[in-house]
Amino acid sequence: MEVAFAALIGIFFMVAVYLMLSPHVIRILMGVVILGNAVNLLIFSNGRLTREVPPIVPDALVVAEPTIANPLPQALVLTAIVISFSFFAFLLTLAYRAYQELGTDDTDNMRIAEPADEAAPPTGY
Amino acid sequence: MAGKPTTPVDITGAMVTEAPALADWLVVAPVIICLLGGAFLLAQRKNTKIQGWTAVAILALLVASCVGLFVHVLNNGTIVMTMGRWLPPFGISFAVDVLSAVLALIGAVVAFFCAIYAVTDIETQERRYGFFPFLVLLMAGVSGAFLTGDIFNLYVWFEVLLIASFGLLILGNDKPQLDGAVKYAFLNLVATTLFLIATAYLYGLVGTLNMADIARRVAVLPDGAPINTIAALYLLAFAMKAAAFPVFFWLPASYHTPRIVVSAVFAGLLTKVGIYAFLRTLVLLMPEANAMLSDTLIWVAIATMIVGVLGALAQNDIRRIMGYLVISGIGAMLAGAALSTDLGLMGAIMYAVHSMIVMTALYMACGLMIRTAGTHDLRKLGAIYGRDPFLAAVFLILAFAAAGLPPFSGFWPKLTLVQASLAEGQGWLAFAILISGFLTTIAVGRVWAMSFWRGGPLGTPDGETVDEKTQPMVDPWDRRGLVIPLVGLTFMVIALGFLPQPFLNVAAGSAGGLLYQETYTDAVLGAQAAPGEVAPESAASDNSNTEGPMIDGTDTKAQPSGESE
Repeated sequence: MEVAFAALIGIFFMVAVYLMLSPHVIRILMGVVILGNAVNLLIFSNGRLTREVPPIVPDALVVAEPTIANPLPQALVLTAIVISFSFFAFLLTLAYRAYQELGTDDTDNMRIAEPADEAAPPTGY
Repeated sequence: MAGKPTTPVDITGAMVTEAPALADWLVVAPVIICLLGGAFLLAQRKNTKIQGWTAVAILALLVASCVGLFVHVLNNGTIVMTMGRWLPPFGISFAVDVLSAVLALIGAVVAFFCAIYAVTDIETQERRYGFFPFLVLLMAGVSGAFLTGDIFNLYVWFEVLLIASFGLLILGNDKPQLDGAVKYAFLNLVATTLFLIATAYLYGLVGTLNMADIARRVAVLPDGAPINTIAALYLLAFAMKAAAFPVFFWLPASYHTPRIVVSAVFAGLLTKVGIYAFLRTLVLLMPEANAMLSDTLIWVAIATMIVGVLGALAQNDIRRIMGYLVISGIGAMLAGAALSTDLGLMGAIMYAVHSMIVMTALYMACGLMIRTAGTHDLRKLGAIYGRDPFLAAVFLILAFAAAGLPPFSGFWPKLTLVQASLAEGQGWLAFAILISGFLTTIAVGRVWAMSFWRGGPLGTPDGETVDEKTQPMVDPWDRRGLVIPLVGLTFMVIALGFLPQPFLNVAAGSAGGLLYQETYTDAVLGAQAAPGEVAPESAASDNSNTEGPMIDGTDTKAQPSGESE
């Protein structure tokens, strides 16, 4: 289970990096989404991938058996999901507005803030 | 209740049973003030008349609470407050040492002056877009990041300040802003995601998120634990946040696009949060891994200093020149962090404080120059000296400070850093610090000569000035809303330059707090035996009679948690 999971996370990271290397904003967006999910799965796998043992503390013990899945990473994933989703929503809007205003989704052509033909500073008075 | 009522559980080993002392509430006061204030301003978003001064009042309150916190920490050492009553490794802690307190204080002061500047600078339309709520919420993120003692919590504060900075950056919706924001947003999001990846691996390795607990467990990791890999991931993530070479490209692409006061806030705060996180994580939590990365870091620092200032020399837009100078300063801070000696860290911390003040003030001064001359093009600027000699004097002071010339605030950090690198035998590093100071002098000196000293735009014959009827004098008092915050920050620059001893003492205290991690871990976790002294394997196999917190970190939250919340 862990090995398959690790391979899956690896594939997610691979796809995310590949997509983010593209100059097109929409592909970068896809890459960001997949990257976010890759991280979520990574955190999730930290807490043991098991569901055989219910997370109940027996009467005789003060703390649970160590073989139960750790719920803390799941709480972390929940936080990370909320954050990455809201950022995705913002980036989606930003990308759309940028496309409307700049007329391109190719980051190589987004040169309004940093014009390609910007003048060099004066060398003398 | 999870346990049976007949067998009451002794909670003193797991929970905080006493309310914190009243003064300790100062630890969370900055965050609370900013969150409540931000929510109030958000509710008053359409009420543009009162927004500005309300934000100034909220930030004044923030400054007051940070001063209180700073004094409290100086008198009593590291202060800890834990949320939800769970004892430190389990509950989320806010832990404030001198470093946190001093950076939070300077950050609050910078934001306060920026808010005063913004009352005049930000117009009704941008107030409607929510400048002031974003500014105050940004400060919630910045203060939270400085004060927290939990690494996942640090990630959350990073995201809070990031989303607020997005809002500030695209305020106004201009084409250049959207262009700059695309690059800023994507690269910063990738950086925080890298931070999260590193944190996930770290949690997998040590099984805890509390920084003090991490420090203790990292110190006793078995050989072969991939802590260096994790440290390298953190290094990349924080280098991106701090805009270090070679991952700084988002900064010059975006910092010149928003309103000038937004640039001022960003230049003062955001990259320094990255540096702070770097110091906190690598220097405090994993000193051995940091020592291993030291050589890499020294070259990164040298490259950042030199490339940053060369970038500044190659720009024609004064706002972009300032952006590159921010990057160059980051290099100097990284140099101190790379050395990781007492003196080096002192230099880095002093440089961070100096850079927060000076870069904000320089952007404010640029805003005034642009107002006077109507352009930010170095070729078209000129003759401001004749029209506003006061601004010329202030800019010259700030330029000297940025270049590290005495007697202003930039001199002492640079001196300390050079001394620290020579003490470690890092001659090239000392050389790079000095040469970057020299090149910075040229870069800012040229801005001053071209825009203030020169008689007019490029091509004006030497010794002549442009017609004085079309270029009336500017009375600084007419623009007092903008000049007063600038003068306030300049005064701090002068004071830190002339009276460096308290500044040096505070920096030494902060550096000591980073180097001697026992002070920090003992303050958070108490001075009892470090949990690492019990090998995790043996503890995990024998948990049937463990009372209180479990040793095996991966189960840190496995206890029933319905106790009293």
